[in-house]
Amino acid sequence: MTKVRTQYNRRSFIKISAAAGGGMLIGFSWLTGCTSDPKIEKVEIPNEWYEINGYIKIGDTGLVTIYSPNPEIGQNVRTSMPMIVAEELDVDWKNVVVEQAPLNTGFYQNQFAGGSLSIRLSWNALRMAGATGRRMLLEAAAKEWEISISDLIVAQGVIKEKNGERTITYGEIASKAVDIEVPEEIELKEISEFNLIGTSKKNVDGYKIVTGKPLYGLDFKRDGMQLAVIQHPPAFGMKVKNFNEEEIKGMDGIKDAFIIDTTIEDPDWNDEKGFLQLIAIVGDSTWQLMKAKRAINANWETVSELENSEMHLKKLEDAFASGTVGANRKDGDPDAAFDKASKIIERTYSSPFLPHNTMEPMNFFANVTDNSAELIGPTQMPEPTEKSVSKLLNIPLENITVNMTRMGGGFGRRLYVHYALEAAAISKKIGAPVKLIYTREDDMSQGTYRPAYQSRYKAGLDENNNLVAFSVRGTGLPEGSVFPNRFPAGTIDNYLAESIGVETNVTTGAWRAPRSHFTAGAEQSFLDEVAEAAGKDPIDFRLELFDRAINNPVGEKHDYEAERYAGVLKLVKEKSNWGETKQGVYRGVAAYFCHSSYVAEVVDIVLLNGQPKIKKVWCAVDCGIVVNKDAAENMIQGGVIDGIGHAMYSQLTFNNGAVNEMNFDRYQLIRHSQAPEDIEVFFVKNDIAPTGLGEPGLPPAVGALANALYQATGQRLTRQPFANHIKEKVLLG
Amino acid sequence: MPTYTLKINGKSHTVEADSDTPLLWILRDHIELLGTKYGCGIGQCGACTVHVNGNASRSCSLLVSQLQGMEITTIEGLSEEGDHPVQKAWIEHDVPQCGYCQSGQIMSAAVLLKNNPNPSDKDIDAAMNGNICRCGTYVRIKQAIKTASKL
Ligand code: FES
Ligand code: FES
Repeated sequence: MTKVRTQYNRRSFIKISAAAGGGMLIGFSWLTGCTSDPKIEKVEIPNEWYEINGYIKIGDTGLVTIYSPNPEIGQNVRTSMPMIVAEELDVDWKNVVVEQAPLNTGFYQNQFAGGSLSIRLSWNALRMAGATGRRMLLEAAAKEWEISISDLIVAQGVIKEKNGERTITYGEIASKAVDIEVPEEIELKEISEFNLIGTSKKNVDGYKIVTGKPLYGLDFKRDGMQLAVIQHPPAFGMKVKNFNEEEIKGMDGIKDAFIIDTTIEDPDWNDEKGFLQLIAIVGDSTWQLMKAKRAINANWETVSELENSEMHLKKLEDAFASGTVGANRKDGDPDAAFDKASKIIERTYSSPFLPHNTMEPMNFFANVTDNSAELIGPTQMPEPTEKSVSKLLNIPLENITVNMTRMGGGFGRRLYVHYALEAAAISKKIGAPVKLIYTREDDMSQGTYRPAYQSRYKAGLDENNNLVAFSVRGTGLPEGSVFPNRFPAGTIDNYLAESIGVETNVTTGAWRAPRSHFTAGAEQSFLDEVAEAAGKDPIDFRLELFDRAINNPVGEKHDYEAERYAGVLKLVKEKSNWGETKQGVYRGVAAYFCHSSYVAEVVDIVLLNGQPKIKKVWCAVDCGIVVNKDAAENMIQGGVIDGIGHAMYSQLTFNNGAVNEMNFDRYQLIRHSQAPEDIEVFFVKNDIAPTGLGEPGLPPAVGALANALYQATGQRLTRQPFANHIKEKVLLG
Repeated sequence: MPTYTLKINGKSHTVEADSDTPLLWILRDHIELLGTKYGCGIGQCGACTVHVNGNASRSCSLLVSQLQGMEITTIEGLSEEGDHPVQKAWIEHDVPQCGYCQSGQIMSAAVLLKNNPNPSDKDIDAAMNGNICRCGTYVRIKQAIKTASKL
C-alpha cells in the first residue's frame, strides 16, 4: 500500500477552498508527491514544491474540471495527466473536463514541460491530489450521515452506504467537503484497482484540432499587435555589420527596421550562443514582411571560421586520432584481449547535423513596457525564459510573465529560449506589442541542431565465438556520442568506451532522444554484425549478454536493468514470430534503453521495384504503467516513423558556414509513401511508475531498419542518411 | 493597395492587399481564419492546404489576384459542426499528436475521398504525399482515411 503525505514540516501541498459558483476547489502542487518513506524526513524540500499550481474543481453539478497547466507539445499530457487525477478521485471520465488554465493568471508559471519527464515528475502529485479529494468527499458524506467512513464505498463519483440505501454524489457533497480538514497522509489506490489508467481516452483537444481552432503560438493575436520578422547571418561564423535600413523602412507596409542584440550576461545552456545580433523588421502584414526580408542587403563580417561538411568530417576523423577523451569506462584489459581474439569486427558509423523542423516554426509574442514584460508563445521553458528576458531588459523577474500556448511540435527545440528574447527585444525597441514569426528558412538555418556524430566500434570473438573484447570510440560536434555505462557495458570482460567532443561554431541542442538516436543505430547494427560473425541469432546473442549482466555483471555498475531490457526483446520476439521466414520479407531487430524506458523493435522490409518498402514494425515497450494506452501507442508509432525517416532521408550539409538545405524542397522529411504500412505496439505490464514515452520509441528504429536493410541488400549501412548510401545495384540484383 | 473579393466558406470577403499576397496570408492575417497553417511557404509541406473549386490546393502558392470568383473552403468551412466524415474518423483514430499539420492533412484527405470513395493504400500515398507530418502520424492517417471512406 502506498501512502503519500499532503504536507511536510507543517506546510501543505494542498489548498482547499470553496469554488466560485458552488462546490470545492482543490489546489495542489503539480510536481510534488512525497511518499511516506521515512527517508524523506531527511530531505530538504525546496520552496517551489509548496507552490500551488494545479487545480481541480468539483462543481455542485458533479462536473469535475481539471485545470491543466501543462502545455501540449503533442505528447497528449493534457489528457493523460488529468486521467491520473480522475483515477484516484474515482470520478466518471464522462464528467471530467480538462481546461487550459486561462492566460495571465500565473497558473502556468513554474511549470517545466520537459518531454518524457512530464509524467514521471508529476505521477505522485497528481495521484495525491485526486486521492485527497476523494478522501475529503468521503469524510464529508460520513459526517453528514453520522456514520463511519469505513461504511462507505465510492465509484464513479457516487458515494454509497455499504449496508444501506443512501447515496450521494460528489456534486451534492462538494460544498460541505470544503470544511473538512485536509488529511495529513493519504492512501493511494493499489495498481490492480485502477480502472481508468491503462484504458484509452481520446485527446481532450481532438475536436479543436480537427476543426482548425486557433491553439498555437503562431495563431495568437492581441489587438494593436504588430508583426515582426528577423534575419540572422547567412552563415555560422558571421555577424551583421549594417544593412540597407532606410530602403527597407521605405517599403510598403514596413513600419520599422533595426538591429537587435540579445546578448545577456551568464547565458544558461538553453540561451543562444550563435546568432545574437539580428536584423528585425516590423510591420503589420506577414507577406509584406517576408518581401522586405528578401530585399535585405546587408554587410556581414566574418568573425570565426566558416565551416563546411568536409571540414566537419575531417574534424571528427582528427578527433579519433588525437582528441581529448571525456566520459569513458574501461573494464579488464581490452588491448590484450583484442590481441588474443581469433576474429575482429570493426565498423565506423556516422550521422549528420539535423534541424528539428517542428511543423510550427519558432514564434513568440512580447509586450514590453518600461518596467514589465508579458510573453506568450510555444515554449517548454517558461521559467528560464523569464530569467533571460529579465537579464536582457533589466526588468525585475517578478514583473515578467511567460505564458505557454499549444506547440506545433517540440522534439527538444522549444527548450531553447532565444526566439522569446528576440521578440522581447523587438517589442522594447518599438514600444508596442509584437509577434515575431520565423520563416521556415529562418527556422531551418538558425542552428540549435542535433550534433553530428561518428563512432568506431570494435569487437573481438574467441575461437568459440564468445564476445571477449569490445570497444567504442565516439566523437561528435560538439559533444561525444558515447554513453560509457550503457549496454553492452557490464556484459563483456574487456570493455572500453571513450567519448570525445570536438569544437564547432554550429550551434546544437537537444534533439528527440539526444545522442541515443545515433548511438542506438550504431551500436545495434554493430551487434547485429557481431552476432552474425559469431554464428548466432541476433536476439539470442543479445539475451546471452543480458544473462551475463544479470548473473555475473562486469564492473561496478551499468545504467540499465538487464531483466527489463531482456524482457522487451523476448516480447518482440514472441509477437513478431521471430525466426519464421517469409519469401521476400527481410527482418531486422534492435533494442534500446533511454529516458528510463526499454523498447525493442522488429522491422520487416520488402523490395518493391528494387526499392525498400517497410511493411511492418513490431514494438515491445516497457515504460512502466501505461496511462492512456492508445495515446501511448501513437507516441511510439510517431517515434518509429521519426527514427526511420531521419535515418533514411534527412541531412543538413554546410558550405562556407551556411546550410545548403533551407526548406523542404532540398531538405527531406519522411512522407506518407515512405512510412511503414503498419506499426504494432505491445506494452510490458508491470507496476513501475510511468517513465518516458516521447523519446524511447525512436532510437531502436534506426538499428532495426539498418539490420533489415542489410538482410535485404547485403549491405551494412553505416552512414546516415541511409537512402544516399544504398547501392542501387545491390537492390536491383 | 488593390482590393479583392474572395468567396471563402460560402461568404464573400473583401480585402485590401498586395496583388502577390498568397491566399495563406490573406486567410491568416486579413480574415483571421487561423486553421490553415504555415509550414514552408513554398508548396512543399501541405500545412496550408485548402479547397479551391473542390481541388486540394496549397494556399501559400496561390496569389490573391488569381482567386476572384473561385470557391474557397478552409478547415473552418469543411463542415458546420466539425462532423465531416474525415473529421469524425480523425477523432475516432485519435490521429493528432501536436496537431499542427492536421488541418492540411484533413483537407487533402477530404478531396481524395470525394474523388475516390474507396482509395487503395497506393491512392492514399499518392494523394497525401504532399502533406508532411513531423510527428509521424502517417499510419493513423491512413487508417482514418479508410474509416472515413465507410462513413
Ligand atoms: S505552407 Fe504551403 S505547402 Fe507548406
Ligand atoms: S501531428 Fe504534429 S506535425 Fe503532424
